[in-house]
Amino acid sequence: MKKIKFLDEVTIRFAGDSGDGMQLTGTQFSNTSGAVGNDVNTFPDYPSEIRAPEGTLYGVSAYQIQFGRKHIHTPGNKIDVLVAMNASSLKVNLSNVRVGGIIIVNTNGFGEKNLKLAKYDTNPLEDGILKKYQVFKVDITAVVQESLSGTKMSPKNIDRTKNMFALGMAYWLFNRPLEPSIKWLQTKFAKKPDVMESNVLILKAGYDYCASKDEYAIQYEIKPAQMESGFYRNITGNEAAALGLVIAAKRANLSLFLGSYPITPATEILHFISSYKPYGVKHLQAEDEIGGICSAIGASYGGYLAATTTSGPGLSLKIEAIGLGIILELPLVIIDVQRGGPSTGLPTKPEQSDLFMALYGRHGEAPLPVVAATSASDCFDTTIEAARLALKYMTPVIMLSDGYIAQGTNPWKIPDIEELPDLTPQFVTEPEGFEPYKRNPETLARLWAVPGTQGLEHRIGGLEKEDITGLVSQHPENHQKMTEIRAKKIANIANDIPQITVEGEQSGDLLIVGWGGTYGAIKDAYDKLRSQGKKISFCHLRHLNPFPKNFGDVLKRFNRILVPELNMGQLATVIQSTFLIPVLRYNKVKGLPLYAFEVEEKVNELLKEKE
Amino acid sequence: MENILNDMLLKPHEGTLEYTAKDFKAGIDVRWCSGCGGYSILAQVQRILPSLGIPKEKFAFISGIGCSSRFPYYMNVFGLHSLHGRAIAIASGLKIARPDLSVWIATGDGDCISIGGNHFIHACRRNVDLNVVMFNNEVYSLTKGQYSPTSKVGQVTKSSPLGVLDDPFNPVGLALGSGATFVARGVDSDAKFLQHLFERAAAHKGFSYVEIYTDCVIYNAGAFEPWRNKALARENTVMLEHGKPLIFGENHDKGIKLDGFTPTVIDISNGHYSINDVLVHNENDSTLAFILANMTYNSDVPRPMGVFQAIEKSSYDTKVTEQLAFYAEQPGAYDYDLLLKGEDSWEITG
Repeated sequence: MKKIKFLDEVTIRFAGDSGDGMQLTGTQFSNTSGAVGNDVNTFPDYPSEIRAPEGTLYGVSAYQIQFGRKHIHTPGNKIDVLVAMNASSLKVNLSNVRVGGIIIVNTNGFGEKNLKLAKYDTNPLEDGILKKYQVFKVDITAVVQESLSGTKMSPKNIDRTKNMFALGMAYWLFNRPLEPSIKWLQTKFAKKPDVMESNVLILKAGYDYCASKDEYAIQYEIKPAQMESGFYRNITGNEAAALGLVIAAKRANLSLFLGSYPITPATEILHFISSYKPYGVKHLQAEDEIGGICSAIGASYGGYLAATTTSGPGLSLKIEAIGLGIILELPLVIIDVQRGGPSTGLPTKPEQSDLFMALYGRHGEAPLPVVAATSASDCFDTTIEAARLALKYMTPVIMLSDGYIAQGTNPWKIPDIEELPDLTPQFVTEPEGFEPYKRNPETLARLWAVPGTQGLEHRIGGLEKEDITGLVSQHPENHQKMTEIRAKKIANIANDIPQITVEGEQSGDLLIVGWGGTYGAIKDAYDKLRSQGKKISFCHLRHLNPFPKNFGDVLKRFNRILVPELNMGQLATVIQSTFLIPVLRYNKVKGLPLYAFEVEEKVNELLKEKE
Repeated sequence: MENILNDMLLKPHEGTLEYTAKDFKAGIDVRWCSGCGGYSILAQVQRILPSLGIPKEKFAFISGIGCSSRFPYYMNVFGLHSLHGRAIAIASGLKIARPDLSVWIATGDGDCISIGGNHFIHACRRNVDLNVVMFNNEVYSLTKGQYSPTSKVGQVTKSSPLGVLDDPFNPVGLALGSGATFVARGVDSDAKFLQHLFERAAAHKGFSYVEIYTDCVIYNAGAFEPWRNKALARENTVMLEHGKPLIFGENHDKGIKLDGFTPTVIDISNGHYSINDVLVHNENDSTLAFILANMTYNSDVPRPMGVFQAIEKSSYDTKVTEQLAFYAEQPGAYDYDLLLKGEDSWEITG
């Protein structure tokens, strides 16, 4: 009789060689966990090499999932269950496995050659270094070969089903249904019935293997989380951003144009958008980053909701064109999926170090709105917010994501499109009284007059404009005036965005201020500290320019402000210079996401200091 | 699909399409130097636009930076004066988004093939339906006289006081090599011929590129004298006409003959050669276009002017439009529910 143990949350990590299919295994496990009602958060962690040499330490590909019956904000830190398909994947991940945690190993990946590639002098499965863990050894390679020996599958394809065996084992361990993955395999391999049947067989074999062996004595059960009713799916930040663009265009009654150039980790947005042809979306994979943004400016001039997507090095190249967008006062959504820098830096790793560039990285006085997404699924809402501001205020807007939320997933409650804000802009149609730089008195946005509108023929450009007429002007007073108008237009957006809300005490000793993709880690840390009775408060920024109207007042109600961020203190610097208050910092630039325990430790240290 | 742009586009043009050149003139002073070749180019463009039968509001002139890029300000149509080198990229986005527009680019040798070179070659290859008017004056003028990518070796400029060291681009060859479907060259002083080239460029569905030898009277005066000066031009220019032999000279007595792939000059008046030996131009022959383009810096042969190549090929913007039209007819088109739910959604009921 197997025992069932109930848990609140679990972190599982599937790790193997790049070719072992760990990303797929992880995706399936997280989708099934979502489908049974758990809250889920995932992070894929794969090498930047396309096909790193087999079995090597730098060829390890992993997919980490935290799932639970409470709200899950991060993919977890310490690993409860590690599935290691070879020696290298054990070596790379072992230090993150919780003492007492479960390790499932494919013993076939621990041969002499594997051990050498993993730089193990002795076999870790035999030398006792794993005695602090519950280790389950199975020769997955041999089992799948035996199970499929009678089939027409080639040895190579048989070997490829290993990941389904591991998935089946994980499903047994956490008492998950096999049906969602079987259904998925049936659709995925509809045209290759051999492959489909073999994979289903092996998935079941993995499940049955655990069920039949006595050493697998305990199953774990994670009850469903309290999720609002509705339809959900696990979504990456990049897919959410792509969908955000399409839906923003729909809500604006405009067509969408994306001008983009491939760059890690933003490229998937281009992939998704290029697959949206059935929704009338146009895109151009431009010759370079500059061509990407410039084509988008051309489409915006032509009356489209236009966007460009990139990462730090690409944003650097787009900066001159962003300035053009600002003086032309045309709407444009710029999505920057941040990665470690400077230069090529850490192309696949997250960082929040483009904040200064987003806020200030232009020549001349060139303010624009900056928003930042807080999670994978929030990339949808934040992209729509970026489009709303761009269209309403006739301005380029930068939406900051990062490599962590862009590639990680969490369950996204699929919205009712009709309930999203109406973003429909107004084109000028009447020539009577038309002037290119006449403004809406409330928003200060200039009017949008698109080519093709009879009687509105006019010229605009990058030279300073005369107020109202838009004619070229070098008049000293006019430049001062136009600079001030452009600044005021952006600053006034503070009246049109939600005030910031503070969790915990509304005033007092310590306020944690976060922004962007670190929300999950800070929120987890905050929740844990609060549950221990610590008197701290937390707020998280989505709007970085302008700040919410009450932000300064909120900051002044606390004795100490702590800003954890994945850079050397960029938001902290902005807050200090804007509000003239001292800010405590927690800065991490390791190419890794922020972890909850790091924030906890920092806060505990600060609380101790006070005592 | 509800779309506010489509609503606007459905509005019919009101009134006449009978324009004159004057309708295309913006009411502001043209501020090029007196004697600048730009004046002629501007005038010829304004002269031919009325003949195209296109409503005035459907024209968009995009430019980058440089003397030539002032062009849109002088045109009474939609105009955008953008960034150095970026006009073609902006125009590409505009044309792909708005295939209903007639999109023109005014650019120069620096703007088009130096700082904007990458956008230029890719727009050529993509065959976006744009009309590029390239003012080649073989010098940077707006920045007051530095050498450009078309300056001659040895040319003395403010940034090459001892003479230019690097070889120039052959702009026509660059356009051909990059896959441009319509490639032509003219001289600013030949008004009628420029009008002809602009009409051809406008009629061409796809990327069209017209290079114009443009005299910069301040920083490179006389650079094009052999082709601008009518008397000299007869000996130094061979006019390209589709289906016609390549004849030139004061008395129309010289021709171009291909010696293998090498163009050579022959005398057809001395009885040794006849008109039958002369190379006949074919705008649809891309190999020939390259040979003709290679005559550009060859002092043994006259310089070809006219249409080097005009080949029909579906334009990029047309292909985009067709692709979307195809998908719009497929089952599931505009099914936003399907888009948002994807393949792996699940329902949670409370």
